[in-house]
Amino acid sequence: MKILVCISKVPDTTTKISFDESKTKLNTPNVQWIVNPSDEWYALVRALELQEANAGSTVTLITVGGADAEPVIRKALAIGGDSAVRVDVEPTDSFQVADAIASYAKDQGFDLILTGKETIDGNSSVTGAMVAELLDLPYITLANKLEIEGNGVKVERESEYGDQIIKASFPLVVSAAKGMADARIPNMRGIMAARSKPVTVVASTSAALTSVESYSLPPEKGAVKMIAAENAEELITLLHTEAKVI
Amino acid sequence: MSVLVFIEIAKGKVKKASLEAASYATKVASQLGTQAVGLAVGQIDAAELAQVGVSKVLHVIDSKLEGYDPQLLAKAVVEAANANGSKVIIFSHDTTGKGVAPRVAARLKAGLVAGAIDYPSTDGKFTIKKAVFSGKAFANVTINTDVKVITLTPNSVGLTGEVGSAAVEAFAPAVDASKLNIENVVKAVSADEIPLPEAELVVSAGRGMKGPENWGMIEDLAHALGAATACSRPVADIGWRPHHEHVGQTGVTVRPNLYIAIGISGAIQHLAGVNGSKVMVVINKDPEAPFFKAADYGIVGDAFEIIPRLTEAVKKLKANQN
Repeated sequence: MKILVCISKVPDTTTKISFDESKTKLNTPNVQWIVNPSDEWYALVRALELQEANAGSTVTLITVGGADAEPVIRKALAIGGDSAVRVDVEPTDSFQVADAIASYAKDQGFDLILTGKETIDGNSSVTGAMVAELLDLPYITLANKLEIEGNGVKVERESEYGDQIIKASFPLVVSAAKGMADARIPNMRGIMAARSKPVTVVASTSAALTSVESYSLPPEKGAVKMIAAENAEELITLLHTEAKVI
Repeated sequence: MSVLVFIEIAKGKVKKASLEAASYATKVASQLGTQAVGLAVGQIDAAELAQVGVSKVLHVIDSKLEGYDPQLLAKAVVEAANANGSKVIIFSHDTTGKGVAPRVAARLKAGLVAGAIDYPSTDGKFTIKKAVFSGKAFANVTINTDVKVITLTPNSVGLTGEVGSAAVEAFAPAVDASKLNIENVVKAVSADEIPLPEAELVVSAGRGMKGPENWGMIEDLAHALGAATACSRPVADIGWRPHHEHVGQTGVTVRPNLYIAIGISGAIQHLAGVNGSKVMVVINKDPEAPFFKAADYGIVGDAFEIIPRLTEAVKKLKANQN
């Protein structure tokens, strides 16, 4: 079984977000770059669990980005995976990322392509579906559980409208959401091994279809209005008369 | 030319998120001086479809589409878009929309803005606002292609409340056999249970509740308000509550009018899932809980004592309103 895991480089969750004067670029000097949480915790770790349970399987990581994405792909390789591919283009939208991944993957014979449910910078949750369409493969959105069954997968998806059990044959694309796998912390051996794992750099001609005109920050939040516990009922009155939300 | 909007049907009803998308599509169509066309997939009364507010509804009934396989739906949407000269195609930013819209965009090589929170500006450039960096910022994104695809974040622009009278036409797109074998496990949910992503009011609780057996009072408060229930990550991880109730960076993102957080400290990962809420209330026994800094209203105190009193106060308020 050949598995491809899509990895995105994102600012660490705790990053204070600010932009340059043109309001079109993130200020990056103090940004710590990490592997996008759901790419790592759900997609990559589940891929590794499947590899461990299925002898002879391979796990390849792919990221789309410039040379500065290299440390992040090494961080992911420290958790696991046999090798990585970096598509050498600085992407500006999800289509460009998806097109770059699909262009690489189309003649590589991957059985399963996994993405995280969404990135914590773009928050679009669309790359996996675009990759699937560009490769004309089935796609399962936001899977909570994934098992190998025969020559394909059995996926469970929870939702407030009802659960689904979906079976499909390889090849296919799945976006991985909560419940897929437990978190793994890279150990020293993994970090050492990651240094010597092959990272292939490939060129890309993929282009974006959208562009960011400007970024803005939310307005400053006013001070919290505290209500004494003994007057807790006052909260309901305020929500009704002042905030007007109930 | 037209604006096409995808309308999801669940249990014989138009989903609330799709009503919002239809309402949004109608506004976008009037901005562009054209008409909004709905594409509805599934079994429903035509009379009900006519009311969604668009000019015309294409109604598809095809057993092969029952599982809502995004691959098949995307082809059906593209066929409808081509037949109606649609230049803007709109979905709700929900599980179905996230599966189908990107496929439509990739198929048509059309630019996509996923998770729009406002109407596009259409004078000159076609630019739409969306939340980025997990709600810590917004981006104004311009779509540079002739055909444009948008997914709309639920509860962002609200409903116009207008009841339409659309012409409903049968539409039979070419549909292949699905490559997915989809089995729906229908849940026994009570009719008044509100799905979290659609909820305008949310009551959420964390580890401060001490155990799953104490969720009754959370449900009571939610029920009195007409709110959905949610929870923090640790609570879903230890299995006190189902995963689909987990809001936060790795769970669900919500954007309700009111978010009440009970016994949740307010880790940055949790805030990432709720910071689009219009009003936030925090109830915690720890006055140092970081969540208070993000809140509009706060109460420091014992949830077990406060929550039942709030429920009573809500009941009293509702009784006086009637």
